[in-house]
Amino acid sequence: MSEFLKRVDLIFGEYSDQKYKTLEKTVKRPTEDIIKDVLDSGLRGRGGAGFPTAMKWKFAMEQPGDEKYVICNADEGEPGTFKDREILTKVPRKVFAGMAICGKVIGAKKGYMYLRGEYRYLLPDLLKEIEEYEKTAKGLGIDFSIEIRMGSGAYICGEESALFESMEGKRGEPRNKPPYPTIAGYLSKPTVINNVETFVNVLMICRIGPVKYKKLGTLDSRGSKVFSVSGDTPKAGIYELELGMALEKFVEEFGDGDTKAVQVGGASGFCVPRKKFKDTIIGFEGVPTGGSMMIFNSSRSMYNVLHNYLDFFEEESCGQCTPCRVGCQQLRIGIEAVKRGDKPINYLEQLMKLSETMKITAKCGLGQSVANSFSSIVNNFKEEMIY
Amino acid sequence: MTKEINLKIDGIDVSVDDGTTILNAATKANIHIPTLCYHEDLCVAGNCRVCVVEQKGSKNLIASCAMPVSEGMEIFTNTGKVRLARKHIIELLLSEHNADCTKCYKNGNCELQMHASEMLTGEPMFIDLAHTRKYTIDKYNMAIIKDDSRCIRCQRCVRTCEELQSVSALDVAYRGNHMKISTFFEHPLFEVVCTNCGQCVNRCPTGALIERNYVDQVWDAIYDPTKHVVVQTAPAVRVALGEALGMPAGKIVTGKMVAALKRLGFDSVLDTDFTADLTIIEEGHELLSRLKRVLVDKDPTVALPMATSCSPGWIKFIEHTFPEYLPNLSTCKSPQQMFGALAKTYYAQKRNLDPKNIVSISIMPCTAKKFEANRREMRSSGYNDVDYVLTTRELGIMIRQAGLDFESLPDEHCDSIMGSSTGAAVIFGTTGGVMEAALRTAYEIVTGREVPFEGINVTPVRGTEGEVREASILINKTLPEWNFLEGVELKCVVANGLAYAKKVMQSVKDGTGNYHFIEIMACPGGCLGGGGQPIPTNREIRSKRKAAIYEEDMGMPIRKSHENPEVAEIYKDFLGTPLGHKSHELLHTHYTPRKRY
Repeated sequence: MSEFLKRVDLIFGEYSDQKYKTLEKTVKRPTEDIIKDVLDSGLRGRGGAGFPTAMKWKFAMEQPGDEKYVICNADEGEPGTFKDREILTKVPRKVFAGMAICGKVIGAKKGYMYLRGEYRYLLPDLLKEIEEYEKTAKGLGIDFSIEIRMGSGAYICGEESALFESMEGKRGEPRNKPPYPTIAGYLSKPTVINNVETFVNVLMICRIGPVKYKKLGTLDSRGSKVFSVSGDTPKAGIYELELGMALEKFVEEFGDGDTKAVQVGGASGFCVPRKKFKDTIIGFEGVPTGGSMMIFNSSRSMYNVLHNYLDFFEEESCGQCTPCRVGCQQLRIGIEAVKRGDKPINYLEQLMKLSETMKITAKCGLGQSVANSFSSIVNNFKEEMIY
Repeated sequence: MTKEINLKIDGIDVSVDDGTTILNAATKANIHIPTLCYHEDLCVAGNCRVCVVEQKGSKNLIASCAMPVSEGMEIFTNTGKVRLARKHIIELLLSEHNADCTKCYKNGNCELQMHASEMLTGEPMFIDLAHTRKYTIDKYNMAIIKDDSRCIRCQRCVRTCEELQSVSALDVAYRGNHMKISTFFEHPLFEVVCTNCGQCVNRCPTGALIERNYVDQVWDAIYDPTKHVVVQTAPAVRVALGEALGMPAGKIVTGKMVAALKRLGFDSVLDTDFTADLTIIEEGHELLSRLKRVLVDKDPTVALPMATSCSPGWIKFIEHTFPEYLPNLSTCKSPQQMFGALAKTYYAQKRNLDPKNIVSISIMPCTAKKFEANRREMRSSGYNDVDYVLTTRELGIMIRQAGLDFESLPDEHCDSIMGSSTGAAVIFGTTGGVMEAALRTAYEIVTGREVPFEGINVTPVRGTEGEVREASILINKTLPEWNFLEGVELKCVVANGLAYAKKVMQSVKDGTGNYHFIEIMACPGGCLGGGGQPIPTNREIRSKRKAAIYEEDMGMPIRKSHENPEVAEIYKDFLGTPLGHKSHELLHTHYTPRKRY
């Protein structure tokens, strides 16, 4: 691996010699100390949006009442992302330990993992680990139990409030915000919902301390990140790398020598063309990602890539809000019409404005982020859209 | 005490209670923000996104209907960014909407059309999607037509059906581009739990849910010289019809309505109020007879509490949801159906008409009445007791079609026979009204005295929206033949809106609700808030109609059903006694258990 890319072994590092050792150590500490460590570490959510984890926990902690929930969002549905699957396969114990720490911090007694429908095959192993966890927790006097709820394959149910609706047995549709989950989440109770990887990060912060953790990454993007590398690469797979790398170095390492563009962050992320590799930082100060890195070489039609994404959004939109439901359809048939010559080239401008409207008016992150791939692909590969 | 929040909207300082939405704060400041999915009666959905506004310091626009105000907030409702976004959203909705406006029943009364014309959507901005799709049009229902090609998926109907009515006949199906409002397994409306209450119709912003209209059929009957067309009008129509013709809410237009109906060419303009009074006599006696059978005869087969049966939405609801309680329903037909049965028997006899030449029309605040008139058991005269049911809205259309200047019409009186009315009948149009009317009569039958309330206003049973109203009336100093009721505390309960009906029935079922007499009206506020009433209908408008109904009651010379002279006459000339043989044949009915799925 190139000297500029640092392989890290934090997330997938081995379990401690004794089961749930870090958890045992951590729950004995005062809550304020734990949250201070998480705050000091600079950890931001690993699901893609990058909300500071400690803040989220603090909000939930400050809510009155003792009916609170911790939810692990394992509805990994972003196209090109498959890192949570790996985490849940290799180190599920770390995830459950991270959830239990969160439970201790915010004062929740119940945690749920919302597992992607397609990951049902992981269920037996996860349940076995939960049994292990429950045994340990009982021994340590931790009053926090964990249950798994299955998703059914809807992308939108990865959106936190749609996920709550789904867990409550309703149709998976995003809610209006505010109220935010930390005030009224699952069953309208204060809820912390974090990505799988985030919980592991918390555990690792508790194990190695914020000082050591902070040495990884950059000012805005502390720590390491698990990347799902796919597309035109000889080395597709899961890689845990330090945050804040230049995309150029990433492509040098993973590209096939003919890389034309990298889609960072999946279908809802941004497409970075070759000429911008050099100036693009992977992290919250540059282009953030929930982990997906899709590499395209020059044999790929970016029109097809975009069309594929739009097809996906058109189908996976929950359909409740206008900009997302109809906007996605209009973008898809719009680029088709331009390609066919039924609409003039400047219709793309019209569609760009529409995507901007979707970004600022859609009810949830799904509709808001369609514009990311749309505008970055259309702007950078306009000729491919037309000819 | 709620905190006051200060914010600025378009530069205007506004102070509102904490928790107020930006939309309501703007309304307070007289700033109009367009809306589509928002409805005062329903929970906030935040679906359509038409109401977006800009907040200083925020990149994204916010949906003003769903966002509560916060201190120091600065909101702009009219920036370029907002305007373009709203235009885009309306254009998007139009692109998947069958915008064949001139052929749409809601033409001129469509919220989408109104926004489109305000925003000057000229040439379509986007590609037409509506005509590339196969939309379902469910036109097989007697009362309601559902046309998906006009649906904008605002989910007002879904929320109405679930929140107000707890019926949930309509819900969202599929997702993304296939998302639509549908029924259980996409069955047509007539095969599902839909009660035909029409509350969804009343709230649909477009022409996706409309009543099945019979305007042309009624005109044909009027123009047919061989037909004698009689028309009856329900009590709630006369306090709302004005709204459909440009008048403010809460105007009593009884006289003008009668004048208009005469000018439209109906041969006889009569009154559902007459059979409302008759219902009270029959239902009052039914209640007393059930009480007697329980208290004196100790008959275990008698079902108590007895529930009213005037509201056809409620009837279909209980048939689906609590079929085990059908024996508890009063066997009395609704006033509309009593009227229909008598129009083709008693009225025909008196007027020397062949019933086959009588066309019986009713004007109702209700869409469920259309279904009720088509029930198989509603043919006791040997013909369809009621041939066509029009809503208040349809009558408004006919009056406009006829070119009548409604407001300037003189006040006229209903024809006779079957045209006389009392205050007790008028209040049938509001929640608690049937109960009050029944008590005014039943109490007097039993004790020989008027109900012991000032001005015979039995205010404890006057229902209000959003609650179950319980009351009890002590019966004492009875007449000798009723002494088994001496000291009995008659327990009544009144509910409006099916969600509250469900609560009442649930309490009866689990034993916590201990009643003798239950009054249910399927719609919020009672018939005055019916699904066939003018659009818009909301809480404020309903309260104005309600005030008008009580005003009408107070203004009537006769305010007790049993004192209606025509009622006395019909028993003397035709029916014999209440609950008698003829009554049973013509005025009473039975019910059908139905499944929920």
